[in-house]
Amino acid sequence: MKEIHDFRIIERTEPTANYVRLVLHHGGTMQPIAPGQFVEVRVDGVPEVMLRRPISIHDVDSDAGTLSLLIQVVGHGTRQMSTLKVGDKMNIVYPLGHGFSTDIAAGSQVLLVGGGAGIAPLLYLAKVLQTKGVRPTILLGGRTAALIPTRELFEPCGEVCLATDDGSLGHKGLVVEHPVFAQQWDMIYTCGPTPMMKAVARSAAERGIRCEVSLENMMACGVGACLCCVTDTDDGHRCVCKEGPVFDICTMHKWYENK
Amino acid sequence: MLSVKVHNLQLKNPVMTASGTFGYGEEFADFIDLNRLGGFVVKGTTGSHREGNPYPRMVETPSGMLNSVGLQNGGVEKFCSEVYHRIKHLDTNIIVNVSGSSIEEYCSVAEQIDALEKVPAIELNISCPNVKCGGMGFGTSPDMAAQVVAAVRKVYHKTLIVKLSPNVTSIAEIAKAVEGAGADSVSLINTLLGMAIDIERRRPFMANVTGGLSGPAVKPVAVRMVWQVAHAVKIPVVGLGGICTAEDAIEFLMAGATAIEVGTANFIDPAVTVKIIDGMEAWCKKHGVNDINEIIGII
Repeated sequence: MKEIHDFRIIERTEPTANYVRLVLHHGGTMQPIAPGQFVEVRVDGVPEVMLRRPISIHDVDSDAGTLSLLIQVVGHGTRQMSTLKVGDKMNIVYPLGHGFSTDIAAGSQVLLVGGGAGIAPLLYLAKVLQTKGVRPTILLGGRTAALIPTRELFEPCGEVCLATDDGSLGHKGLVVEHPVFAQQWDMIYTCGPTPMMKAVARSAAERGIRCEVSLENMMACGVGACLCCVTDTDDGHRCVCKEGPVFDICTMHKWYENK
Repeated sequence: MLSVKVHNLQLKNPVMTASGTFGYGEEFADFIDLNRLGGFVVKGTTGSHREGNPYPRMVETPSGMLNSVGLQNGGVEKFCSEVYHRIKHLDTNIIVNVSGSSIEEYCSVAEQIDALEKVPAIELNISCPNVKCGGMGFGTSPDMAAQVVAAVRKVYHKTLIVKLSPNVTSIAEIAKAVEGAGADSVSLINTLLGMAIDIERRRPFMANVTGGLSGPAVKPVAVRMVWQVAHAVKIPVVGLGGICTAEDAIEFLMAGATAIEVGTANFIDPAVTVKIIDGMEAWCKKHGVNDINEIIGII
């Protein structure tokens, strides 16, 4: 069930330049959250910002009643979020959207491909997959080492491989050029810049590998009512906030075939 | 204390929601008790399924937003056979917004909605472009507006609310024309035509180039138009445009609205409608207003 709630910030870190990681504490009984879901954050006190800002859920600790957000500062709304301190409240609508499928057989060969800020939702996904008896390989990419935030948090979750455009860390080149990407997988999940996800999807489709992508579109209502955030799918327009943000590529042929 | 009447519609309070901002109600069921609303207006329904405009369909603007969704909906048959049955049990006024590209389409949709027992009213969206008139909005001329309303009046037998476009020289003139053609009520304002340019990509933000402006930025225009129309017609006025708080709602009532619709504010706070209802009640108690009807149209 969705809820509007004032969470309290109990932890704040800056993993790298232009990123802030916030751990939010519910204080009561937090709603169950699936990997790949997101929250809509209310931004107070900024004249340029009226609408909430959608941020993917980075991590969840249901026992502790906390969720974390990894926020990339790109505009007025995210800048305000980056100025919040431990003890401050954050009003969010959550959990939103249709997340990643986790109906995976134990022992499956699973690859997570993340790029830039898109690596955020893959952390909670990796943890949930572990509980299903899957040890995922996690391929993270960025233009440079500094732009792969929180990569150390992924290490306990699986085999972490890195790719940077400038070669400052890991394989020099795009994630789809990393040797591990070419291996045979049972399932690939991806989140990151659109061209990266389309390249991942095309390759997965060619190789007959099941694949899910997580999209990001500009949103207004966040709950599937206003129809502003639609993406084109093989079945017509679908809301990224409700039928997505996660889509199986079997319905996204039109999307990934389009450059 | 808060109950009002719009033609034959009995509303437990003046608070309704605007078409295109509240889906079919179900999307907000986790946040509020839908039965508390005076009513809600469902998404614009057309003769056949429409895919709407390509993405991007929206952009935030100062104290508002532009949208060019383009009337995406499953069509009237899908509404009648599927959606209607999921929501007809609700204890509130379900109003269907009716849109179309031709008079024939408007009439066909209105006729089918007329048959739905639990839908007591339609809201006719005459801001749609008339494809037979080069895409000019039906609601931009008194004659075209009266024509479409008169045609729908013949086939629709319940409460006919006509939603007016503000993108006109004289909204009072349009309101009088539709009153004369048989409208039971008018609702205003629909969105104001606007545009926003992405200077980095050097192109409009929205695929459709222009779109409708909504949110707090439009409120003063909406209040002015509600006031002008309320003084021009005898039929009840439903006011909308940037309402976010109980105080905003009361402002519209004083300007002449018998009921209001909340739209964009639902995106900021999905529970805002109930807060507005409670806030209006608190305001009345504080000001010794025993019946909200006392303040309607006092300006």
